Amino acid sequence: MRKVDLLIIGGGPAGLAAAVSAYEQGCRDILILEREDTLGGILRQCIHNGFGLHTFQQELTGPEYAQKYIDRVIDYQIPYQCNTMVIEITKEKQVTAVNRSNGLQHFQAKAIILAMGCRERPRGALAIPGWRCSGIYTAGTAQKFVNLEGIMPGARVVILGSGDIGLIMARRMTFMGAKVLACVELLPFSSGLKRNIVQCLDDYDIPLLLNHTVVDIAGRERLEGVTVAQVDPETKRPIAGTEQYYACDTLLLSVGLIPENELSRMAGIDLCADTGGPSVDENLQTSVSGVFSCGNVLHVHDLVDFVSEEAAKAGAKAWRYITDTLDKNLKSMPIISGFGVSGAVPQKIHVGNADQPVTLMFRPKNVYKNAKVCVTAGEKEIYRHSSRILTPGEMVSLKLTPEALRQISDAENLTVKVEAS
Amino acid sequence: MLKEITCIGCPIGCRISAVLENGEIQSISGYSCNVGKKYAQEELTAPKRMVTALMTVRGSRHPLPVKTSQPIDKSKIFDCLNEIAGHTVSLPVHIGDVVLPGVCGSNVNIVATKELL
Ligand SMILES: Cc1cc2nc3c(=O)[nH]c(=O)nc-3n(C[C@H](O)[C@H](O)[C@H](O)COP(=O)(O)OP(=O)(O)OC[C@H]3O[C@@H](n4cnc5c(N)ncnc54)[C@H](O)[C@@H]3O)c2cc1C
Ligand code: SF4
Repeated sequence: MRKVDLLIIGGGPAGLAAAVSAYEQGCRDILILEREDTLGGILRQCIHNGFGLHTFQQELTGPEYAQKYIDRVIDYQIPYQCNTMVIEITKEKQVTAVNRSNGLQHFQAKAIILAMGCRERPRGALAIPGWRCSGIYTAGTAQKFVNLEGIMPGARVVILGSGDIGLIMARRMTFMGAKVLACVELLPFSSGLKRNIVQCLDDYDIPLLLNHTVVDIAGRERLEGVTVAQVDPETKRPIAGTEQYYACDTLLLSVGLIPENELSRMAGIDLCADTGGPSVDENLQTSVSGVFSCGNVLHVHDLVDFVSEEAAKAGAKAWRYITDTLDKNLKSMPIISGFGVSGAVPQKIHVGNADQPVTLMFRPKNVYKNAKVCVTAGEKEIYRHSSRILTPGEMVSLKLTPEALRQISDAENLTVKVEAS
Repeated sequence: MLKEITCIGCPIGCRISAVLENGEIQSISGYSCNVGKKYAQEELTAPKRMVTALMTVRGSRHPLPVKTSQPIDKSKIFDCLNEIAGHTVSLPVHIGDVVLPGVCGSNVNIVATKELL
């Protein structure tokens, strides 16, 4: 069994930023384990621009953003192993991994950072009738084929779901010579960014059908077409008589992301039903002492900049845990998601001797115009911010100051809520 | 001529409409702040886009991701893509290398966005 101070699972932007930050704090015994053959995670396949506006004040593509962190990992000579899949972690922080050259490897870590990212919701979760014919992919899988392998999945495309990955693939497929017939969204609003709707759909006259869904799939061996129908906005049930048939050979699904937490579950880490990721405190520590979590495995982020910021914090806190300087045995206070708030992270905070601001993030449940975001402890309000618009497609990130937190050290819990006007 | 666009300045996405005469804005309405006004003025008269694409690499199974060094005229997007598609590069390539100078006769270069060694 090999001993290591800090073991990081996943070499995507979260794992890389956590490693860089732990190193900069003083940690010298770090190991990153990554199952793919190179570092960079999902960013390797996101060749469009728009990354890094917060972190680097410039618009980078995914591979460019990833390379900035990879360069630092190499500069600092932080060890990493690619082609290595972690298959087990335990409460005692023992980690088992496999790879072709070493076979099974066992590690004993002082601290672990979970940075495994997320995967896309598959077709099975949608219950669309029809055969399991070829031609149906998640948008991210298609992105991987096109951008990494240079393979086009098809020529006439319908996209189900209007998440950002689907929108971006609408443009990419168009650029590669395919015809994108429509982007079909069940909800009355798109979960994608306005910018992506304009620059990926409107620019190429691709219709966005809100309150619509795919009700049937034609084709046995290969997809031949899909039937799209309007849905009742209240019941989400298809409206008879509104069916339209689109002849196509490809259906891309962009219907949500799920954090990858099989390993976390195995270690007995408490998961949060709203986010699908571990429940953490303000140090991003999970319910298992010394195991931290950040990035999309913790909760699905829309901006990689936020992932890097969160991961840097996990790296720094893990180093404090290793050096035994992380506050222990403080009273913790749960954070409750109130009206309009889905999956606030962290799920609890220790307010005893707050000396740093605590970042709170959540997704609004709906579109709210001229709304306020408030944080209260009992009767006392410690945060209020007005916003002209809140949408589920954009995470809200707010900082609670140490002064505000000290005021409420005797409260039972904290509630984050939206006050819609 | 009446033209309508959606502002991308923030998630509100105001619908902005304008009356254009020979490519010049006669009147404009629908924006709620100056960001939108400025965006609309540019978007309606000289819309520009960053283009990202893939280029074939000689002797490699994997394509090279590339981008325009700065935004190009929206009307030139497909010309630009065609020119990129008709071009190949040789290894090694570094981030920022100019792999196709002056695309479509403009002063915009196509640069590599990935290390390929
Ligand atoms: C298909 C897709 C497209 C996206 N497009 C955009 C976009 O355009 N813009 C944007 O800002 N955000 C985008 N995102 C969000 C993006 O995921 C995050 O911004 C960011 O990549 C999250 O970083 P991460 O490190 O948490 O996860 P990831 O980038 O997913 O990295 C996780 C890494 O962990 C590795 N891993 C997982 N399990 C194991 C294991 N058991 N053993 C070893 N290694 C493991 C994976 O191989 C992967 O490399 C996209 C997400 C997806 C899924
Ligand atoms: S005009 Fe202003 S308020 Fe309206 S979408 Fe643009 S930036 Fe937002």
